[in-house]
Amino acid sequence: MNIKLAVFKFASCDGCQLQILNMEDEILQLTGKIEIAYFMEATSRKLEEPYDIALVEGSISTKWQEKHIEKIRANSKYLIAIGACATAGGIQALRNWSKNEDYSKKVYPKPEWIDTLAESKPISDYVNVDYEVRGCPVNKDQLLWILSQLIIGKEPFTPTHSLCIQCKIEGNTCIMVADGKPCLGPITMAGCGALCPKYNRGCYGCFGPMDASQAEKLAEHFINMGMSKREVTLMFKGFTSWSKPFRKVVSKYGGDED
Amino acid sequence: MVETKIKVDYLARVEGEGNLYIKVIDGKVERLEVGIFEAPRFFEALLIGRRFHEAPDITARICGICPVAYIFSSCRAMEKLFNIKIPEEIEVLRKILYYAEWIQSHALHVFFLHAPDFLKVDSIMEIAKIHPEITRKALKLKAWGNRIIEIIGGRSVHPISCRIGGFYRIIKREELKEIYEKKEEMQNLAKELLEWIMTLNIPKMERDFENVSLRNDENEYPLIGGRVISNKGLNVVEEEFEKFIEEFQTPYSTALRYKIKGRGPYLTGPLARYNNNYDRIRGEVKETVEKQGYQAPLRNTFQSIIARAAEIYHATLEIGRLIDNYVEPQKPYIEVEVKSGTAYGITEAPRGILYHAYEVNEEGIIEKANIISPTAQNLAYIEKDLLELIPELLKMNYNDARLLAEQTIRNYDPCISCSTHFLKLKIERKP
Repeated sequence: MNIKLAVFKFASCDGCQLQILNMEDEILQLTGKIEIAYFMEATSRKLEEPYDIALVEGSISTKWQEKHIEKIRANSKYLIAIGACATAGGIQALRNWSKNEDYSKKVYPKPEWIDTLAESKPISDYVNVDYEVRGCPVNKDQLLWILSQLIIGKEPFTPTHSLCIQCKIEGNTCIMVADGKPCLGPITMAGCGALCPKYNRGCYGCFGPMDASQAEKLAEHFINMGMSKREVTLMFKGFTSWSKPFRKVVSKYGGDED
Repeated sequence: MVETKIKVDYLARVEGEGNLYIKVIDGKVERLEVGIFEAPRFFEALLIGRRFHEAPDITARICGICPVAYIFSSCRAMEKLFNIKIPEEIEVLRKILYYAEWIQSHALHVFFLHAPDFLKVDSIMEIAKIHPEITRKALKLKAWGNRIIEIIGGRSVHPISCRIGGFYRIIKREELKEIYEKKEEMQNLAKELLEWIMTLNIPKMERDFENVSLRNDENEYPLIGGRVISNKGLNVVEEEFEKFIEEFQTPYSTALRYKIKGRGPYLTGPLARYNNNYDRIRGEVKETVEKQGYQAPLRNTFQSIIARAAEIYHATLEIGRLIDNYVEPQKPYIEVEVKSGTAYGITEAPRGILYHAYEVNEEGIIEKANIISPTAQNLAYIEKDLLELIPELLKMNYNDARLLAEQTIRNYDPCISCSTHFLKLKIERKP
């Protein structure tokens, strides 16, 4: 029997679900094993719940979304959070530091027409998540790997080591040691293929912290390299800023400053 | 009393979350709303306090389908403010990258999102059953676009290689070899797919819309910068554009809407770009469309699918020419000297003109940002188009009417994720 796959979107840019449509070489083969039961961006055809696998993109940021994610959880065997928004709140979680209780008041001419929560949060803050696929965006090969493992009935896993290790495997010159450029590679989860160092820039942490990351130690190192507290804060206050280790650094060096 | 309602709670095959509600009583339209229920992400507020060089990476996250457009509109704005002249070699590489994004984004819309409407099926998976060869070719072309972005940008969604002033490192000619070797095959595929698109059963209609697009002095099809022009007399520089448009908010939408002051809603995107710059599109493209009897300007928004397919073909031809001309630069980027002031930049995103404006202080910190996406600009016109379609819809059965209304919306390739975040800051920033 085909596996029923559903794809859901919350607050996001669509980039992670686009990675599914970017599997140009695999998409037609996949549809032989997987039945797309719900994927609004790709098809108007919808199948009845329950679903075997629910891929969830985006962060929870409205009251409606709080309810909707619970319904998805109840109807899905596996719930997989995909991307930085779903796993860490995304770039929109920058608003979580805002002192103003109702952010939309600052932005909309008529805030009473807008339903939004004060904070943008990851899926795991609301429901149990079976697997997380990191990245802004997710790496489509990693996503494909996880799906194929589930299809053949295996427990999927993804690397838990740092991007720094990946750089060594790829044989890249260390841009922090060689060029003195700040890089989040030592504490960021591997998975992108160490792209930024390959293109001669420091990692900006879009895959979020690795397991047991020493984020505060790296921040101290940046300070010792001569970076200002503001610069250090901005480095951690990016696409996965609301992950616990990064949040701690932002609170320590940036506090509530915005 | 005869009451007709058309209701679509969640529009399929568009990027992001939108809905449609039409209510007609005795032939009179009571309500017509293209609603946007996508959760707002407040980008213009998030950008405040960030450094100027972060704008490309942050704004790229507004849209996973056209991140290159956001990167280049923000680069364009900052580089104009800082008076940076981008060397020809870097310009050439940027154009290749931008055209590659047009290819993948247009191919996504034409084949995954829009073509199913013309063939009366639900998805590309269904098209694959009826037209397996066409589907295979379309996927191949889309993959080539993505591969180009991967090589130049590092990855196809949210590329990491671009910065204000150029690129983080030099892209070697050798690296472009792989894509260059496939150019002829891709140009042939693009031509064939354009011919196939023109054989689809395209609904007939004619509208007198205002086409708004860029037009440049280099005698080229527009990509990065130029004057904003229209077929109804608009002709302004990037810095002045905002003065000529008016924004408004509606209760049923998290996206703001726009119209030309004193005139009304307008159209931006491939159709407008094609109509305004038909004299600059590649001769091979003209020859192909004219052979099947299509003349510019196209006044039927259902024919936007032809404009998109024509632009894909144009992009494959231009990428070939640009790689021929590409010389590796001496330095990957131009150093920036920060100046305070307001930065304005417009580029042609796959879906139309994308406007960025930033107020930057002497330390290079962003104090205010305003971004106007193509879809936000098109929303008011989409509703106008639907309004004019009502007499047709009333003659049809419910399902056909609903499908035609949805198809009309998809003519604009609306990117709802993009359109939602463009909200002007109404109160002063925090101290």
